[in-house]
Amino acid sequence: MQEQDKPLSLVLFSGTDDKLTAASVLAIGAAAMGRPVNIFLQYYALDAFRTGTLHDDHKLSPEATDDQAPAIKAHPGQHWSELLRQAKDVGVVDIQACALSMDMFDLKREDLDRLVDGIEGVAAFMASASEGQVVFI
Amino acid sequence: MLAFQIDKTIDARGMACPGPLMNLIGAIRQGQVGQVFEVLSSDEGSKTDIPAWVAKAKHELVNVVQDHGFVRFFVRKVR
Repeated sequence: MQEQDKPLSLVLFSGTDDKLTAASVLAIGAAAMGRPVNIFLQYYALDAFRTGTLHDDHKLSPEATDDQAPAIKAHPGQHWSELLRQAKDVGVVDIQACALSMDMFDLKREDLDRLVDGIEGVAAFMASASEGQVVFI
Repeated sequence: MLAFQIDKTIDARGMACPGPLMNLIGAIRQGQVGQVFEVLSSDEGSKTDIPAWVAKAKHELVNVVQDHGFVRFFVRKVR
């Protein structure tokens, strides 16, 4: 396996629009370059993938200053959910909900948007990550 | 004068990264082998992204031309 063909595995923890967008940009870039992408949704990121809520205002992370917020909100870039759809279209992108977080928030499979491919445990996610990097966002 | 014929122009000016690259990928998928695609992009990221993707996907970057406020990328679909 070539170095650059190793999977990129993203753990999405934060559920704010800026971090979800940053993670989606990494996903689409890796997918376009031919790397398999595994995404594991935990905590607040998982909450952002509930059916019908993807386009809600998920606020910005605490790093965003009052001066930066208007620029981020006004930027014409595509919504993170659209970036993920494109990433799936152009490459191999598997999005899994963390079983622990599902349990914590009492979520069922049908509560999640169709972008989510399934529910898995952390060991299965690590097995998918194999020798590739794991990035926590 | 260009030494090749352009089969399709993708005007992605104003699109944010990685929009122009994604539009190119979509067009190349639907195109025929041998066709040349022109992408107009004002996105700074395209300057590195498009050459990197073209090399990885084993197509041919025929030419890159700086225009006023944007860049024209010419890509031939090889396979």
